[in-house]
Order: sequence, then structure tokens, then C-alpha cells
Amino acid sequence: MNWNEIREDFPLLKNYPDVAYLDNAATLQKPNCVIEREKQFYLTENANPLRGLYQLAVTATDAYEKARETVRDFIHAKHTEEIIFTRNASESLNLVSYTWGSFLKEGDEILISTMEHHSNLIPWQQAAKRTGARLVYIACNEEGFITEEAFKSALTDRTRIVSMTHISNVLGTRNDIRRFAQLAHEKDAVFICDGAQSVPHISVNIQDLDVDFLSFSGHKMGAPMGIGVLYGKKELLEKMPPFLFGGEMIEYVTRDEATWAELPHKFEAGTVNAAGACALAEAIRFYQSIGMNHIEERESELGSFAFEQLRRIPHLKILGSSKAADHHGIFTFLLEGVHPHDIAEILSADGICIRAGHHCAQVLMQQLKTPSTARASLAFYNTEEEIIRLAESLKTVRRRMGYAD
Amino acid sequence: MPTNFYREIINDHNLHPGNKHTLENANLTLRGVNPSCGDDITLLLRVEDDQITDGAYTGDGCAISQASADIMLDLVIGRSKEEALRLADIFLRMIKGSVSDEEMEELEEAGALIDVSHMPARVKCAVLGWHTLENMLKLPES
Repeated sequence: MNWNEIREDFPLLKNYPDVAYLDNAATLQKPNCVIEREKQFYLTENANPLRGLYQLAVTATDAYEKARETVRDFIHAKHTEEIIFTRNASESLNLVSYTWGSFLKEGDEILISTMEHHSNLIPWQQAAKRTGARLVYIACNEEGFITEEAFKSALTDRTRIVSMTHISNVLGTRNDIRRFAQLAHEKDAVFICDGAQSVPHISVNIQDLDVDFLSFSGHKMGAPMGIGVLYGKKELLEKMPPFLFGGEMIEYVTRDEATWAELPHKFEAGTVNAAGACALAEAIRFYQSIGMNHIEERESELGSFAFEQLRRIPHLKILGSSKAADHHGIFTFLLEGVHPHDIAEILSADGICIRAGHHCAQVLMQQLKTPSTARASLAFYNTEEEIIRLAESLKTVRRRMGYAD
Repeated sequence: MPTNFYREIINDHNLHPGNKHTLENANLTLRGVNPSCGDDITLLLRVEDDQITDGAYTGDGCAISQASADIMLDLVIGRSKEEALRLADIFLRMIKGSVSDEEMEELEEAGALIDVSHMPARVKCAVLGWHTLENMLKLPES
């Protein structure tokens, strides 16, 4: 693989040759082909899809539905109508919490982990409040893992829903989703997997994981912002009430009643983001042209390199696992005596983009007993030079904050 | 610019804050939080006959939020409530970029935070203490 050549495909990285972009867990930069695909839709295919009988409307509909098929193939779903386009992973998880969540009754339990991003935490917290169900947390251990033992002891006969992240956006650790889904199914609970941090970085095969729902965002894998995916098993989606009401999600409407459109349109009210869906399909083709296995390998190499660089820095503590491979390119750290915002500010002055704050995971921050942390996150297009710049800059931070060493 | 920004005044107040402690005889206490970034301070004042006779703060946050609160207390302790509110107004206008040279002089060390007016991401950190002070002094006394 010629990774320098692949990096050339990202115009923003070329526009800012002095910037080291290390906030890929927040959003990925966009390759040329994706930007061109979005543009192409508006230049040659734009009409409101799923409506209209004229040729252009048919072209727009075809482009949109082909994008759905590309997503199905990418995650190995059985049926194309199991792919619902949303705005992002947050909307996907809200969709499930308002629809499948409406079946919850008082005394039922929703099981989530302390590692969840707010997008997979607040929807369940609020679903519990609406229905009288109980929200139960499984805590990860210090290394950032949820053990099978912990999972089993949190799972009860009252557990109706389990919702868990595949890869933590803070610690980078990967949960054993296949095993946990199997255990949840033994209790007749549905299993929802938040794939926001996994789908862009490792091969995700729905048939292998056997989860009931999977959510992810397009923008974290090079697609534009505003397009995301919810995968749901057909038999479950069919049982669920609609999430949003409006145009193009109905079959028949009278003054007092309405019946719902077939899947997937039942869950796609209003004019859809067709250009975004086409651009997401293009991002998937871009990933496939490199090969998920190569992306995983490259990010793992960069991750090991970064881990070695960071762990040698005095006063710096990497949170979570002590093994590089467990981090999946996500390194959250503390620098003794320096607030993460000040770290990010100083690194910004050196042209290095990292994230500081609670990373939308305040429950995990409470467990780690720190209100805020700094995070560097890698993607395949990053370079060893950028990681060295990160390390060199970090070594100067304490001095610049007035410490002697 | 941000490199120059962490100049000695801010580093010094962050590393050696003179006013960061509890205040047992405080009669006004208010917590101020930046929910998005986690700066979290509690401002404590002793006010007698409309005079701020003592003050302190506790909490956690970045260097800018902590130094700004510390500098603010140096400035307002010993002044009247009215004076303190006037200085807070000047400070907040400085961050928005509309302040005269004479007013800048009145701010003394707090003027070191003028660079924040060019750093949108840090404005909330710099004004946290001052907003808390304003809210506290404008509240009807209980």
C-alpha cells in the first residue's frame, strides 16, 4: 500500500500541510471522490427521490437506493430494507429508543455500559424515565474492558434491551459484542451495537456479530456530515412503530388515520439526504478499494508507534489498557498538573489538532474520576512524522505552563 | 499567539493561586460551571455594608478559568459591590473587544487576558469567574 499516495486523496490535508490532524474519532477528513460524488448528485441527478414519475426523479431514486445496497453489502446485512438512512449515529439510536423503547414496561431493565457516548446513554436514560423501566450500568474495569463475568451478573430475566458500544470513543477498547449479543438473546433481550467508532476502522459483519441493531455515522468514515445509518433486523423493524411522521413514510392517509409505508421508508420521513447517501456509498467504495484489512493493519501499526512515543513522555498517563493494540488508534491521556484544555491550546499553537474535554462520555469521566481528558485519535492517512510532532510538542507543554520540567 | 498567551501572569496565578481556598465567614456563595468543557468553580464572598471585605474560590478547570478567577478576586476584594460590577462589565467588554485604554488600566493584571478576545474557544473559560460574580452580586440578598 502506498499510504502517501492515499493521503494525497484528502484535499484538506493538502490545503494545510503544516497541520497534524489527530482528531479522527471526532470526524474524518473527506477524500476527493466523496466530495466529487456529492457534487455530481446535484449536477446531474438532483430531484426529490421516491416521488415524481419523470426521468430525473427516477435517476435520483435509483442513486439513493443503490447507495442503500452498497451499505447493505458493506456490513453484510441480509436485506436491503434493513438499512435505514438517518442523520448520524445519534439519530439512529434515538430512533430505536423511541420505537423499540416504547415497548418497555415498568420493571423492565435496559442494560448499558459506563463506556457509552452520550448518544447511546441519554436516549436510554430518557426512555427509562418515559416508561418506568430501570437503567442498569455495567462498569468497565481499569483497563477499559467489560468482562463476561460482569456482563453475566448485570444481565437478568428482566433485561429487555442491551445497548453497547463496539469500540469506546475514549479508551479505544473493543467489546466482545458477538458473545454479549448471544448472552442477551438467551434472555430474549434485543441487542443494539453502537458502531460509530468500529465501522470506520475494523471489518464489521452483521451476520457474524448477530446484533439486532447497529448504528453508525457517515462523517466518521469520510462521508459528509448529516448522513448516518441504522441497521435493524427486518422482523424487528416491521414490529416497530414509526419514529418521525411526515411525507413519504405513509401508505394511505385519511383525516383521522394513516397506515405506514413498507420498510425502509416507514422510518425515513420527509425529503431524504440522497446526495449524502450517495457520497457515503462512495466513501465505502473508497474504503473497499484500500481494503478494510489494510486499513486495520495500518492503523494498528500507527497505533503501536504512537503508544510507544506517548508512554515515554514524563508526567503523561495514558488511560485504559497498557497494550497498544487494545486502543484501536484512540489515546486518551492526562498530563500531570496541566488541564487538558491548556494541552489542546498549546498543541493547537504548534499546528496539532487533538480533542480536550469529556468526549461526550461524562459517566465514564466520573468513573475515571477526572472531569476532562485529552485525546489523540488516528486514521490510516496519518504519518509517523505527525505522531513524532505530537510527542515533541507534548514534551514542551509543562515548561510552557510554568513548570520547571 | 496562544504561546505568548500563557505568559507569566497567567501561569503564576494558575500554579500559585492566592485566592483558591475555602472561606468560612463567606455570606455569598455561588457555583459557576461551563457544562461543555467542565470548568467548575465556586465563588465565595464576604460582603459587609455593600463592601467586599474578603473573597475566595474553589474548584477545577483550565489555566485560563482558574487564573482569571484568581486575578478577579485580587481586583475586587476591598471594593464596593457597585465597583466590582463596573469592573466585571469592563472585563466582559474587553473580551468582546470594546474597551478603552483607560478602562484597560483599571483592570490591572486582568488585562493580561485580553488575548482571549481572539480565541473564541477560550472565552467561556475566561469569563466564568466574572459571570459568576455578576450573577451573585445582582441577586437580591437573601
